[in-house]
Amino acid sequence: MNRRFHSLQMTLNDRPVAVPADPGRRLSEVLREDLGLTGTKVGCDAGDCGACTVLLDGAPVCACLTPVIRASGAHVTTVEGLSGSTLSRLQDSFLRHGAAQCGICTPGMLTTATALLAGNPAPTRAEVETALGGVLCRCTGYAKIVDAVMDFDGAAAPAVRQAPPAGQAVGAAIQRLDGPPKVSGTDVFGADFAPADALLVRAIRAPYHAARFHFGDLDGWRDAAPGIAAVLTAADIPGENRFGVIPAFADQPALAEGQTRMKGEAIALVAGEASVVSALDLSTFPVTWEEVEADLTPQHDRLIHADRPGNELIAGHVATGDIDEALQHSAHTVTGSVETGYVEHAYIEPEAGCAWMEEDTLVIQACTQAPVMDRDDTARVLGLPPARVRIVPAAAGGGFGAKLDLSVQPLIGLVTLLTGQPCRMVYSRAESMTATTKRHPAHMKATIGCTIDGRITGMRFDGKFNTGAYASWGPTVAVRVPVHASGPYRTPHYRATARAVHSNGPTAGAFRGFGVPQAAILQETLYDELAQKAGIDRLAFRRRNALEDGDRTPCGQVLFGVGITDCLDALQPVWNKALREADRINAAPGPVKRGVGVASCWYGCGNTALPNPSTIRLGLTPSGAMRIHQGATDIGQGANTVVTQIAADTLGLPVSSFEIIGPDTAVTPDCGKTSASRQTFVTGNAALRAGQSLRAQILAMTNMAADAQFDVDGGILTVSDRQARRSIDLAALPVDRHGYVLSAEETYDPPTQALDENGQGAPYAVYGYGAQLAEVEVDLKLGTTRVLTVTAAHDLGRVINPVLAEGQVEGGIAQGLGLALMEEYIPGRTENLHDYLIPTTGDMPVIRSIFIEKPDPEGPLGAKGLGEHVLIPTAPAILNAIRDASGARLTRLPALPHRVLAAIKAAQ
Amino acid sequence: MSDFRRPTSIGEAVDLLSQGPIVIAAGCTDLFPATSASVLAGPVMDITGIAELGRVTQGPKGVRIGAAATWTKLVQTPLPPAFDMLKQAAQEVGSVQIQNAGTVVGNICNASPAADGVPALLAVETRVELTSTRGVRQVPLDQFITGVRQTARRPDELVTAVWIPAAATGGTSRFLKLGARAHLVISIVMVAVRLRIDAGHIAQAALAVGSCSAVATRLPELEQALHGLPVRDVAATVTEARVAPMLSPIDDIRADADYRISAATELLGRAVDHLVRPQRRAA
Repeated sequence: MNRRFHSLQMTLNDRPVAVPADPGRRLSEVLREDLGLTGTKVGCDAGDCGACTVLLDGAPVCACLTPVIRASGAHVTTVEGLSGSTLSRLQDSFLRHGAAQCGICTPGMLTTATALLAGNPAPTRAEVETALGGVLCRCTGYAKIVDAVMDFDGAAAPAVRQAPPAGQAVGAAIQRLDGPPKVSGTDVFGADFAPADALLVRAIRAPYHAARFHFGDLDGWRDAAPGIAAVLTAADIPGENRFGVIPAFADQPALAEGQTRMKGEAIALVAGEASVVSALDLSTFPVTWEEVEADLTPQHDRLIHADRPGNELIAGHVATGDIDEALQHSAHTVTGSVETGYVEHAYIEPEAGCAWMEEDTLVIQACTQAPVMDRDDTARVLGLPPARVRIVPAAAGGGFGAKLDLSVQPLIGLVTLLTGQPCRMVYSRAESMTATTKRHPAHMKATIGCTIDGRITGMRFDGKFNTGAYASWGPTVAVRVPVHASGPYRTPHYRATARAVHSNGPTAGAFRGFGVPQAAILQETLYDELAQKAGIDRLAFRRRNALEDGDRTPCGQVLFGVGITDCLDALQPVWNKALREADRINAAPGPVKRGVGVASCWYGCGNTALPNPSTIRLGLTPSGAMRIHQGATDIGQGANTVVTQIAADTLGLPVSSFEIIGPDTAVTPDCGKTSASRQTFVTGNAALRAGQSLRAQILAMTNMAADAQFDVDGGILTVSDRQARRSIDLAALPVDRHGYVLSAEETYDPPTQALDENGQGAPYAVYGYGAQLAEVEVDLKLGTTRVLTVTAAHDLGRVINPVLAEGQVEGGIAQGLGLALMEEYIPGRTENLHDYLIPTTGDMPVIRSIFIEKPDPEGPLGAKGLGEHVLIPTAPAILNAIRDASGARLTRLPALPHRVLAAIKAAQ
Repeated sequence: MSDFRRPTSIGEAVDLLSQGPIVIAAGCTDLFPATSASVLAGPVMDITGIAELGRVTQGPKGVRIGAAATWTKLVQTPLPPAFDMLKQAAQEVGSVQIQNAGTVVGNICNASPAADGVPALLAVETRVELTSTRGVRQVPLDQFITGVRQTARRPDELVTAVWIPAAATGGTSRFLKLGARAHLVISIVMVAVRLRIDAGHIAQAALAVGSCSAVATRLPELEQALHGLPVRDVAATVTEARVAPMLSPIDDIRADADYRISAATELLGRAVDHLVRPQRRAA
């Protein structure tokens, strides 16, 4: 029958459900919007990411590709259906193994794995990888997800110990404290919540790389479609229509004014009833575009911003010694260049959020990495004092740097401020990819010299970084790169310049490493050539030049707690074995050859020679609830857990007694942004000080010994030492303005020293170090590369949580592998997740993490940052291994098969 | 409410098609990605309610794959070794999620140059069955796909099945796909090879290449060259000079044209070698 379908019956999570629905509507939409089951995530609406996977009669399908009529009469299982009153064994295994980081892919992973296990309760690793091949994860590198699926019945010893006693949290592999909502599908991401009757907001965006535009009859267009509440343009912006993460360079309009500088730039907003606005054909919007000439790579003459001659945003510079002289007198020198492309963050959660008014305060709940910066920048655009804007971070489904910049915040803020009504906005995958920031494409050249016995004499580095249409973090990249381009090696003579130059490409901003990964590719591949020229083993060459305690960096900073030598030494036995194995394999005939590569990293934690304080507040309530106001946004990396572990041990209470109050700007002090690998170090130090301060208060109140033990039971705090035992009746104490009877709030700001005109100074208080070894197979006839293993040795100073640290390593390696082998964002061409490729389960090597603990004098309990370090050595280690296997020297990334094959032929 | 029809018989479906243009939906794995809307724009006719179209059947005249049969259905159906290449292709279509929804026939109707199923279907002489109120006609697959996203289907016709004649179901087969990552990947090059070997000699050879021309193509010249050869000589016969003339690859973001020809040749050689290896060993 050719019926129309007004009501549809299905069995949803074992319960009969009837829902009125348009039969051709995406099942994902019906589940999320009509039935409120927001555990099913939408990452692409195209079947490219698998986040929306549900089971249809037991078989995994993408709910975004399933017309809801297919569910009629069928059994549908979502993540919400996997657990009853307790988590399923699989969900519990995900927690034990640290398989959920940000949690946005977790529901899709869980449903897909549930289907696999139903038919195959003891799958092999390869079977799990194949089954999960259709669900993308950008955080974990997949290893822990596959581990969790294979160990779903808990036969193996739990990877994560629970609830260690007081004083034993640091160093323990406790499961992430914010994990349960991630595996049960109840975590609230940007698109998962909106106030009732929220207006839906959509943006009109530039279809050209550069254009001028003027509007037609906006009022007429608005009035022609009942249900549209507002059409807003730059003319409606009450404040300064200009934002940017670094105030001195703020240059990006929230809504463009007559001119657009990049594709995807927003020029107007349409807000109204969700059903009306979602169905609008925005191509009818009254705007006339005039496309103008655009430069997608930096050019000198056609100015993107009238006040930036030569399109140069800024240049960073570090120089020491006499580089020309040093290179001239070097026994060996190598010169080379490398070109990298735009790289997209490709988190599985497109930007989303909602806004509403609470009296005269504008509240914005959206995914972010930097709530206080969001507040201040949004307030400026909207002409409000910052105190009238409250940012409530939603769970962030991945960030990696791009969610440091504003996205939906000023747009939804504007709509709610002007209409007085709540609203929401969810970027499509294409919007997320066109409108938000990217890793800087780099054009770099360098010369490095060494003595006859392989000691580095000097290095010259010049990098041009395409910073795209707007400033964003371009200045940070330009400053960080020259500081780090030497790698963690003694380089007595040095001159490095990095310029951030505008183009009409997408704005390049922060992406895990701020330009340092690009620079490391050039430096570390040149090191291989130099070692070869000097006739020295490549690992030994690095070992010979590695920085040690008391050495000076090219910035003139004297370092202590330097662990790079330890990292390289840890790789030595693996290196020896891998080289022998490669020789053995390569002696056999056949087109597939084995290669081994190594590369190092160092990376300064925190802002470059600029203040970046964090403040932690601890408080005990009259009823004995122990709260930590933890303002370090946890985007999956684990700050909620790590910072609490540090606070717990220094205070002397078990982690299990802590309640975490998140980074809501109304209730939690500023812990700065989640970037620059700073949270474990900077916020960790604030937590350490707050814990110590509260402990000292309690000890002083009770006059007990320094090693006294605390116990909170109900409203009674008991303090005991060898001599005595005293109790404090918390309810009897006065309550402060935050509701606490005992509290401490401490701030930590890393001590740094500004850089002079030659980049001399002390830009960071703490550095982290690492080295990775990659074994690859290259098919000499096809140019394809398979990365077999990566052994990653990282110096963390002190490992706060080994499972979370491994998760960072594995995820960073996945992104480094993508950078090396497959990822390139081409404006106007790869605005989806099937043309823009990120690694899948099947692309990942076996990863082995080795943690070195060389304490840093400044780090909390000796700890150093890790988040960005882990990505830096991966790509150069892989490229060095490719060259070792095949002779191919890649100067253009990614190393796609055709480029590798061409390089193999060029080398022959 | 969009205009959405879900007929339960082929008769109903072709009646609907005879009344005017209507989008035919099966797996929806190409239709939904083509729109940012939350609802398929109508009018739409969903053919997955027609039970007989979901089947894969084998009879004395050959194998019939119904228009709503999914890749997973195909993989689960016991078929002769000549279909191994099609099943291997099926398992490389997108992901498990896509294979559970996407259909073999949808793959040919979408007519992408990188359609994963087409090279293997070409190598088993597939014929496309088109049904309308005017009757049923069959068109060879190589005449059905006429260009990039273009087919010989008339607006009032429904592709009800593809047919593989019994004469083309002999021999063993192999599919190889090359992409820049392991799963969920659009191929750079893919090849499908079916060989029937008789007494150590090639009795029948069917070779096809995808992603190297607007429409995937057979390689008749190379097939001719292989015909009758002893198995030990076949690998050396697969040369770029014999492969390249049939291909017209483009440079795109995934690879350049020269690479595609070279990789297609290499993959054909490996697929052929894989199929003759047991015979060679026996000899």
